[in-house]
Amino acid sequence: MLASTFACGQADEIAHPDPVVEQRLKDLAEELRCLVCQNQTIADSNAPLALDLRNQIRQQVAQGRTDEQIRAYMVARYGDFVLYRPPLKATTVMLWLGPLALLLVGAGVFWTVVRKRRPQTTTPGPSPGRRAEIEALLEERAGKPRGSAPSGKP
Amino acid sequence: MKALRFAIPLAIFVTLAAFLAVGLTRDPREVPSPFIGKPAPEFKLTQLADEKLAFAPEDMKGKVWLLNVWASWCVSCRVEHPLLVEMSKKNVVPIVGLNYKDQRAEGMQWLQRFGNPYALSAFDVEGKVGIDYGVYGVPETFVIDKKGVIRYKQIGPITPEALEKTLLPLIRELNA
Repeated sequence: MLASTFACGQADEIAHPDPVVEQRLKDLAEELRCLVCQNQTIADSNAPLALDLRNQIRQQVAQGRTDEQIRAYMVARYGDFVLYRPPLKATTVMLWLGPLALLLVGAGVFWTVVRKRRPQTTTPGPSPGRRAEIEALLEERAGKPRGSAPSGKP
Repeated sequence: MKALRFAIPLAIFVTLAAFLAVGLTRDPREVPSPFIGKPAPEFKLTQLADEKLAFAPEDMKGKVWLLNVWASWCVSCRVEHPLLVEMSKKNVVPIVGLNYKDQRAEGMQWLQRFGNPYALSAFDVEGKVGIDYGVYGVPETFVIDKKGVIRYKQIGPITPEALEKTLLPLIRELNA
């Protein structure tokens, strides 16, 4: 345990860091949420609690605890919310599968709607006899001078 | 089929509205305690008033009690403090303080200034016991039953509403 010579009750980050321990600390701390500044990791946060927890992790790493054990220690005290990767449980199934399910539903709706619309874009053309009539009319109209043809188009 | 075109968006809206109606009334910053229903973690600390005396939660077995986490540097603690003082005067339930990351002198001064509702205060200078209890903000209060099981955690100051609606009924129930 850290000596209680720190008058304010807080521990300072240690003066001589062990690189191996610090690396493990970094890896773990970056996946744990700071409960005070809830949008930051324990690695980033300057909150006193984050400092304390980093020191806790350092100690536990030095004592030879595994990553799993240290994570379990945090979850036992703060709940699943402390993990940035929530475990897959009955309560988090919606969280993990929800986006995929919504994507599939959306894709399904899109597909169905597009399939229904396609036949309508290809309207059947006029029968051959009718076609000849239309062409004759068009030629007649083309022959008349401009301005006298009643056209609906602006 | 026409009714279906309206029914689906309506159903989606109603579902969304229901989730929002519930969700928006809750505080997203609150982290529920994983200790509800579990035994209060063991510890042994010196007492704030006298470092020769110790305190451990097992000392309170057989009684319903509150563990109130406080500190002289904590501003919100002053908001709930009068409520605690009043409770102690009425002898509703024993209140044990956990003086969190504080200094003895300042803790004692604070109690002299604002009143001391605590049967005693345990002195957690490093905050290690706080971590063991999942404390992430001060004040927090735990309701612990006769068998030493944590039954409820109040996050933040005890409001009169929380006291009337949740804490007092629970204490009465546990004491029955």
